[in-house]
Amino acid sequence: MTALFQTWGLPFAWASFASMLIGILAIALPLMLAVAMIIYVDRKIWAAMALRRGPNVVGPWGLLQSFADGLKVFLQETIIPSAANKGLFLLAPIITFTVALIVWAVIPFAPGVVLADINIGLLYILAASSIGVYGVIIAGWASNSKYPFYSALRAAAQMVSYEVSIGFVLISVVLWTGSFNMSAIIEGQRAHVFGFLNGYGFNPLLFPMAVVFFISALAETARAPFDLTEAESELVAGYQTEYSSMAFALYWLGEYANVILMCGLNAILFWGGWLPPIDWAPLYMVPGIVWFFAKLFAFFFVFSWVKATVPRYRYDQLMRLGWKIFLPLSLFWVVLVSGWLEVTRYGVFG
Amino acid sequence: MIQTIAFYLFATLVIASAVLTIVARNPVHSVLWLILAFFNAAGLMILVGAEFIAMLLVIVYVGAVAVLFLFVVMMLDIDFAELRSGFATYLPFGVLLVLVLAAEMIFAVGAWQAGGIDMASRVAPTPEGVSNIEAIGTLLYTRYLYIFEGAGLVLLVALIGAIVLTHRVRGGVKVQNVSAQNMRRPEDATRNVKPAVGQGVEL
Repeated sequence: MTALFQTWGLPFAWASFASMLIGILAIALPLMLAVAMIIYVDRKIWAAMALRRGPNVVGPWGLLQSFADGLKVFLQETIIPSAANKGLFLLAPIITFTVALIVWAVIPFAPGVVLADINIGLLYILAASSIGVYGVIIAGWASNSKYPFYSALRAAAQMVSYEVSIGFVLISVVLWTGSFNMSAIIEGQRAHVFGFLNGYGFNPLLFPMAVVFFISALAETARAPFDLTEAESELVAGYQTEYSSMAFALYWLGEYANVILMCGLNAILFWGGWLPPIDWAPLYMVPGIVWFFAKLFAFFFVFSWVKATVPRYRYDQLMRLGWKIFLPLSLFWVVLVSGWLEVTRYGVFG
Repeated sequence: MIQTIAFYLFATLVIASAVLTIVARNPVHSVLWLILAFFNAAGLMILVGAEFIAMLLVIVYVGAVAVLFLFVVMMLDIDFAELRSGFATYLPFGVLLVLVLAAEMIFAVGAWQAGGIDMASRVAPTPEGVSNIEAIGTLLYTRYLYIFEGAGLVLLVALIGAIVLTHRVRGGVKVQNVSAQNMRRPEDATRNVKPAVGQGVEL
C-alpha cells in the first residue's frame, strides 16, 4: 500500500501515513458494523434459548434493530449529572471505546493481513486490555453516585484478578511458540498435534489452559456469568447508570468490540487462527479469513450460550475462582509446560 | 524529524503530568495524572527501541499498580482543609529533599560533562539481530541470574510479610466450604420413607 502511494508521487513519510490511515479505517469501520450485527446475533441467540423471537420488527428478520437502536441513542439528549466530575465523566466512555479499538491493530485476520505485525503483539494486547479497566473505574468515580461506584470497585478487583491467570495462560502459549508475535503464534500451531491437527487446544497439555483462558475471557469482558459490574438486581446498571445517549452507546460498542476480540483471541491462541483445524491440503482452499471468522463466531455462540444459560456468580465465588483455582492451576501449568519443553525440546540432560 | 517531534511531545507530557500530579488538588486527579506520566514514559521507551520495557511499564504500572492506587485513593474521605494543614510541618523536610535532589542533579550533569565514561556502549544495548526480549532474557538468566533470583526472593518475603501483617483470623465468621457442598449427595440430607397411614415419621 505504501509503495502504491509512492508511485503517485507522495514522499515515503506521507505515503506510509496514508496507508496506515486506510488500514485503520479498514479495520475500525467493519468492526463497528460487526459490533452492530453481533449485538443482533447475541439477542437472537439469547431469545432462541429462552423460546422467544427476539428482535424481529425493524427490517427483514429484525436485522436493522441495532441500527435503529443506534439512531435512537444518537438522537437522545446527553445528560450529565450536576454532581458529576464533568471532564472525567465524559472521558471514561472515550477511554473504553478507544482501547477496544486500538487492540485490533495486532490481530492477524489472514496470512499477512494485519495492521501492525509487531514482535510484542501479545504483550501489546495485554497492555491495552489492562488499560480498559480505567474506563469503568473512572466512570464509577466521576458519576458521584453510589451504584456506579460499587460497580467500579468490583470491576477493578475483577479485572486485576483475572488478568493474572490470563497472563500465566499466555506465558504457557508463548513458551511453546517461542515468540510474542501473533502471526508466529498461529504458524507455530500448524500440524501441532499428531502432525495434522492445527491448534494448541488439541494438545492435551495445553487444553486445560484453553479452558482457563475461555473462562477468564468471560470474566475479563464482564460477560455473564461474571457480569457483576452491571448486575441489574444489585447495582441498577452498574457503572453505566448515570450515562445516556452517545456516552452510553460508546460503552456498548466498546464492550461488544472487546467480546469479539476475546473470541478472536481464543481462536488465535488455541485453535489455530486462520489455519483450518486439520492440516489437509483441500481445506486450505478456503481462505484463511473465513476460517478465522468461523472460529471467532463459534466462540461468540458459546459466549451467548453461556449468557443465556448460566446464572450469575456471587462476588466472593468470582474471587475464589480467580485466586484460589485459576491462579494456582495456571501457575502450576506454566511450570509443567516449561518442564515438558525443557525435557522434550531443549534436552535437560544434554 | 518525526522522532524529534515525538520525543519532545512525550517528554513534555511526562514533565507536565508529573507536575500536575503534585499540583492537583484532588488525589484522584493526581493518580490519573500519574498514569498519564507512566504512559508517556512508555512512549519514550519505545522511542529508544526498548519496546519490551515499554509494554511492561504499561502492563505492570498502569495496569496493576496504578489501578490499586486509584482503588485506594477513590475510597478516601477527602478533606481538603486537612490535606493542606500539614504543609507547614512538612516544609523543612521538603526543602531538605529539594536541596539534596538539586545537588545530585547538578553533580550528575557536572560529572557527565567532565566526560570519561564510555556512553557509546550504553546507547545501543541490544545486539544486532536479537529481539529486545531475547536480549534481556539472556542477560537476566545468565549474567545476572543470582541478582535476579535474589530480587525474586525479596519480593516473596515482602509478599508473605504483607499477608502476615494484615491477615487476622476473626472468630464466629461463617465461611462457605465449597468442596463440602459439592461433595454432599442427596442421600446425606434426605431419606425416603413410606409411613403407614396415621403413624407419621420418626425424625
